[in-house]
Amino acid sequence: MTIKAIQDELIDEFSMFDDWMQRYEYMIDLGKSLPIIDENLKTDDLIIKGCQSKVWLNATLENEKVIFTADSDAIITKGIIAILIRAFSNQKPADILSANTDFIDTIGLKEHLSPTRANGLVSMIKQLKIYAIAYQTQLKK
Amino acid sequence: MAFDIQKIRADFPILSRKVNGYPLVYLDNAATSQKPQAVIDSIVYYYSNYNANIHRGVHSLSQEATDAYEMARKTIQEHFGIKNAHETIFTSGTTHGINIVASGFTNLLKKGDEIIVSAMEHHSNIVPWQMLCERSGTILKVIPMNENGTLQFSAYEKLLSEKTKLVFVNHVSNALGTINPIEEIIAKAHEKGAAVLIDGAQACSHLKPDLQKLDADFYVTSAHKMYGPTGIGLLFMKEKWGNILPPYQGGGEMIKEVTFEKTTYACLPHKFEAGTPNIAGGIAFGAAIDYLNTINFNEIETYETELLAYATQSLLEIDGLKIYGTGPSKTSVISFNLEGIHPYDIGTIVDKLGIAVRTGHHCAQPIMEYYKIPGTVRASFSFYNTKEEVDLLVKAVKKAQLMLG
Repeated sequence: MTIKAIQDELIDEFSMFDDWMQRYEYMIDLGKSLPIIDENLKTDDLIIKGCQSKVWLNATLENEKVIFTADSDAIITKGIIAILIRAFSNQKPADILSANTDFIDTIGLKEHLSPTRANGLVSMIKQLKIYAIAYQTQLKK
Repeated sequence: MAFDIQKIRADFPILSRKVNGYPLVYLDNAATSQKPQAVIDSIVYYYSNYNANIHRGVHSLSQEATDAYEMARKTIQEHFGIKNAHETIFTSGTTHGINIVASGFTNLLKKGDEIIVSAMEHHSNIVPWQMLCERSGTILKVIPMNENGTLQFSAYEKLLSEKTKLVFVNHVSNALGTINPIEEIIAKAHEKGAAVLIDGAQACSHLKPDLQKLDADFYVTSAHKMYGPTGIGLLFMKEKWGNILPPYQGGGEMIKEVTFEKTTYACLPHKFEAGTPNIAGGIAFGAAIDYLNTINFNEIETYETELLAYATQSLLEIDGLKIYGTGPSKTSVISFNLEGIHPYDIGTIVDKLGIAVRTGHHCAQPIMEYYKIPGTVRASFSFYNTKEEVDLLVKAVKKAQLMLG
């Protein structure tokens, strides 16, 4: 499935909910299904420090696709990460680089990606892209 | 004036707005308080009617603005029981005031001298002193804390010695609400000949310190936490220190005479007030104090104490809720966590319900380190908050617990 198709699928899923509370409950549920980063990898090297919640992110390359695993100490942050990872993991580096995160606005969770939110998510997206650049360079060699 | 909560709420226009579709419940007063109409009007009136640069202007507008600014200084001086108007120095806020003092001590301290801080300070009352230590080779000592969020006074007494030159503690802890025994802290420091700075940022919206009686060498606070605007604050400095400490910034306003060979500095308070000040802010700070005095601090204290007791009791009825800062003497601040739930998550959910609380380390990471927690949810109350709002907070926290647990 392409990133775009996954994003559309997520938009579709979230459109079933009438109010923020249902959206949040679903997001929290998605957080529980997040491919959790190996406990041994939750080190300072892989931490993305927000002011308030912490995010750990790891990437590996399998069959020319980037596989992301992650975790957070805050459950709402974890929910957003799960959504982002569902869209961006198991994709080719070039596709990750050309994709955007506008779908987060569409599903009504925009406030979580504000640069001033201090939850580490903006830095996490940057880090996702940096991994993609690194693997793309590796693949070209 | 009798304490009429509905009338008081009507003085604060922002309290009638909605957030996320719910009536705003503003419980982040320890970060900044809301502003009464009288304060907002004083700013609008200044810019609409007599905006001019102050001091030395011969034209009428400048004179009017200077008079209003100096009148505000007088109001602040009287409110805080400061002996002389020239010991009442305008700053941009508490952080600025602390930096003026910390910078001023650079050449007054020598290697091996000691300065004492408490374990429950805001970063702004830690970092400027660490920077001072780096410059002067001074040693920083820390008064430890008890589990209930009070200071270990006997440990403080042991830290004091002839080497102690400065002690700096907050009047009230921003993260816990603890009111520190500053009278005793000051007296003990003075016995050893050490100077004392009190960070009053969190105190002055709840208490009315009498600075002459208190006898601190320095007392700093911010207007915006006491219903005034941001960007303006008070540094009280005993005249003696005002003459000893060198200026913090050079510029206009702070000089007596300037030649390229030698500049002499102006007298207090102007020595520490370089550049064009926040004129509207100073005037509005005075307006905030005038407003507070129409209510009366005894009434504020009584009402807030009652609100604190009610909120504490109501919150503690929630399963798994723990309050940090349970000392006997507190302002209306409650720092708490729910077992197994990150404070950030709670803050996010209650915000969706129109309730503004603060989450995180509250710029007091050493306290969080002490309790081994990433942060807390902090609900801080003002005299314009109500028991009904406490009920809404409790309901929202329960909702968050249900969603997140």
